[in-house]
Amino acid sequence: MERPTSSFTDLLESLGLEPKWNLPEGRGTLEVPIATTVLALTFVDGVVMVGDRQATEGHLVAHRLIRKVFEADRFSAVAISGTAGIAVDLVRLFQTELEHYEKLEGTRLSLEGKATYLGRMVRQQLPLAFQGLVVIPLFAGYDESDKVGRLYTYDVVGGRYEEREYGATGSGARDAKAYLRSAYRADLDESGALEAGVRALVAAAEVDTATGGPDLARGILPNVVTVTERGFENVDEEVVRDLASAALEVIR
Amino acid sequence: MSLPFYVPPEQLVKDRAEFARKGIARGRSIVAIEYDQGILILAENPSDTLHKISEIYDRVAFAGVGKFNEFESLRVAGTRNADLRGYLYSRSDVNAKTLANAFSQTLGNIFTHEVKPFEVEILVAELGINDVPNHLYRVTYDGTLSDERSVCAIGGQSEALDELLRGASFTPKPLETTIRRVAEVFGQVLDRDIDGWEAAVLDGTESRRTFRRLSDADVAAALS
Repeated sequence: MERPTSSFTDLLESLGLEPKWNLPEGRGTLEVPIATTVLALTFVDGVVMVGDRQATEGHLVAHRLIRKVFEADRFSAVAISGTAGIAVDLVRLFQTELEHYEKLEGTRLSLEGKATYLGRMVRQQLPLAFQGLVVIPLFAGYDESDKVGRLYTYDVVGGRYEEREYGATGSGARDAKAYLRSAYRADLDESGALEAGVRALVAAAEVDTATGGPDLARGILPNVVTVTERGFENVDEEVVRDLASAALEVIR
Repeated sequence: MSLPFYVPPEQLVKDRAEFARKGIARGRSIVAIEYDQGILILAENPSDTLHKISEIYDRVAFAGVGKFNEFESLRVAGTRNADLRGYLYSRSDVNAKTLANAFSQTLGNIFTHEVKPFEVEILVAELGINDVPNHLYRVTYDGTLSDERSVCAIGGQSEALDELLRGASFTPKPLETTIRRVAEVFGQVLDRDIDGWEAAVLDGTESRRTFRRLSDADVAAALS
């Protein structure tokens, strides 16, 4: 059959419009904004995903209010860590890819299909990763056929790993996971999972300087989303504020 | 060397038009009509999987009558065009006018240059936003593009359907009333039982992707 297929990237390639970078030889020393802690955990009805808002450039805060957790499609969410500029573009391409497939084929990709495709996109970034421009996503969604929430973590070569309980990526990932290791229970409900997610982010921000914790005075709150049978939903800002202030209270 | 027979261009166009019209007249009709919160598109379609109505973009829908493979290839091209534009520029830069124009160019070229014209008629609907009115475009087999107000019908019985639905004056009604009215007019015009409905809306209450298919149960509930 003729190309392009139902893939949007194939279409871009056939027109010579795919994202590409001409890189100089050797390792780059570019100072680019880096996006940091994002995490996700499953609960009985789906998944929760939380991301901080700060982009860091060397020792500087480049942006305080960037978004790192995105709606991939109606039943999935994607979060990013690593080189912000490239990662945001990767997310945009991923979103378009899923929507394009859905419209052409008349049906959504399976959750595993979406996760696999995202892995392929990360692998294609490998030459950039050798230049120090690393992008690592975190993917979570609601499996419409099995009626459960699932989440996937990735490594720099595009390896895809399904996590049963929780996952995190970015510079604060180690501390977030350390918190979740003790706080996670298999029978968490939505409010419990939201609380655990926000607390894990606050725990990471305590130790990792490149992660921006909630800043109630400035009104900077983490992005918190859920994906359940109802689809992708942003958690109400009021709810996030209460969770964040409670989490900060515990630390103090 | 033998010269090909001379065929006057008038005759050529007439023959092709007649051929295409015959094919379309056999096709079942589709109606797009405004309701109080959006645009309803209703078609007679016995199949649950071979759709005649589809989503193109956030606020743009597509419907085609005639040969399935022909309007399907136009739909795919339209979706690619829209997604490409939305990805390279912004989601708000995708509109029905550009798409209808592209369909019109394609069909016009095929009509004059190819061995056989496409036996299709295309409808492109766009839901307005921020005081911009809704747009309904109709593209015929020879690439003729027309801009319709409030009601647009394509296919075999399009003229009769259009006339009855438009009536003396048109005011958008709630969705269920609109479905009932369209079904009634279909019954009147076709004078036989309907062989299954395919229905979709561009729903003005949605914020981003406004296209939604209505299930058989939704349509049955409105008609009962």
